[in-house]
Amino acid sequence: MSTEPLPEHPDFLWRNPEPRSSYDVVIVGAGGHGLATAYYLAKNHGITNVAVLEKGWLAGGNMARNTTIIRSNYLWDESAAIYEHALKLWERLPEELDYDFLFSQRGVLNLAHTLQDVREGTRRANANRLNGVDAEWLEPDEVAKVCPILNVSPRTRYPVLGATFQPRAGIAKHDHVAWALARRADELGVDLIQGCEVTGFLKDGDRVVGVETNLGRINAGRVGLAAAGHSSVLAERAGVRLPVQSYPLQALVSELHEPVHPTVVMSNHVHVYVSQAHKGELVMGAGVDSYNGYGQRGSFHVIEHQMAAAVELFPIFARAHVLRTWGGVVDVTPDASPIISTTPVENLYVNCGWGTGGFKGTPAAGWTFAHTIATGEPHPLNAPFALERFTTGALIDEHGAAAVAH
Amino acid sequence: MLLISCPWCGPRDETEYHYGGQAHVRYPETPADLDDRQWAEYVFYRDNPKGPFAERWVHSTGCRRWFNVLRDTVTYEVLASYRLDEPRPELPQAGGNR
Repeated sequence: MSTEPLPEHPDFLWRNPEPRSSYDVVIVGAGGHGLATAYYLAKNHGITNVAVLEKGWLAGGNMARNTTIIRSNYLWDESAAIYEHALKLWERLPEELDYDFLFSQRGVLNLAHTLQDVREGTRRANANRLNGVDAEWLEPDEVAKVCPILNVSPRTRYPVLGATFQPRAGIAKHDHVAWALARRADELGVDLIQGCEVTGFLKDGDRVVGVETNLGRINAGRVGLAAAGHSSVLAERAGVRLPVQSYPLQALVSELHEPVHPTVVMSNHVHVYVSQAHKGELVMGAGVDSYNGYGQRGSFHVIEHQMAAAVELFPIFARAHVLRTWGGVVDVTPDASPIISTTPVENLYVNCGWGTGGFKGTPAAGWTFAHTIATGEPHPLNAPFALERFTTGALIDEHGAAAVAH
Repeated sequence: MLLISCPWCGPRDETEYHYGGQAHVRYPETPADLDDRQWAEYVFYRDNPKGPFAERWVHSTGCRRWFNVLRDTVTYEVLASYRLDEPRPELPQAGGNR
């Protein structure tokens, strides 16, 4: 656990310019993915005449409230490739952006509680290793060595039968990640425009040529959507139907505690994931609600279920107090994998469907989406994640490795 | 927690039910004529509205029957619930559970 003080807030990190009448590229959504896309458009492709439009405030949505977990232990080759690319980018971003956002590679345990979990976990660890992703299978006594506060007694309702362990996984301070990306994108010439809601699209036939906003029309050579839970609402205004459903996902934090939890623990079976933030809060997440929702709040029984699991796994948490709960809207695809893709509308691109796991993918989402927007063609890493897979049937079914019920 | 009214059992807590996604999605009438794009639409594409949404629920721990619910996806207000052989109500009554 890092005991370093948090980074100072700089006086200002970006300009707040008025929108110009025209840009080469307009990105809709100034969350982590939108900001990373703008950063890599400028850095990797030299495209700096870019605006990022945000209806609220910069990184104020899911980027401001998530459980900050970063890992790349996905099952399929396509997923391992893109999430591992993200992890490698994470490993160099603090230096590259010259901003210490407290990236802490403390490892992640994905627990197994049933024989089927054990089989799935060992299979995934082996698949990870074949893909160059660090992964181990740990027996219960080894799990206890990594995380001594975890109850690995066989006399629990869902005993820990083992776990996958990815040592290079970890957490980062999400809002500092956003600010680091925003500052550097701004320095490279990108206009970050807050309080600017996209209400419609300007089209010339089947080609998008700009956006309508509450601040007026903005012409754009190309438009990239990175609006997470509201992607389908936005895309519909451009005449594009997306295979996503929006669900509330909730999480909570406790009051501050002494450092007790040295790693990240996730359990798909009993539905809880826990890490301890740098300041000391226990950060816990659960599954999504079962039904569609844009209300930014989740069901109480989901929290109840998650807390019951947390207390059984971590008896030491039994007297911790919940400080804050929140719910965000996530867009989920039928195969629990993201969509980074061209669309039937020319010059309109979409990055969505990250479900509950968008934070970890931030750098790779930005990297590949920037490539797709800059060149009009997918990067090899995001080619399998195109919209076409729902027509061809070449799905990337990651419900197991998504680690959250959705 | 949602209070959902089963057409047969009456109002019960959300936890008695299981969610089944969008209602009124018909199996294609002439499946042999569908191309891949149309099959994708049928299998993978669903509406995702911000507002009233007709959806299916099953009363898992009660009568175990499927029925439809008209629910607002922003306010989570249950606007109506009705049997599968009934049409989607045209004018939802705000504030009700049936």
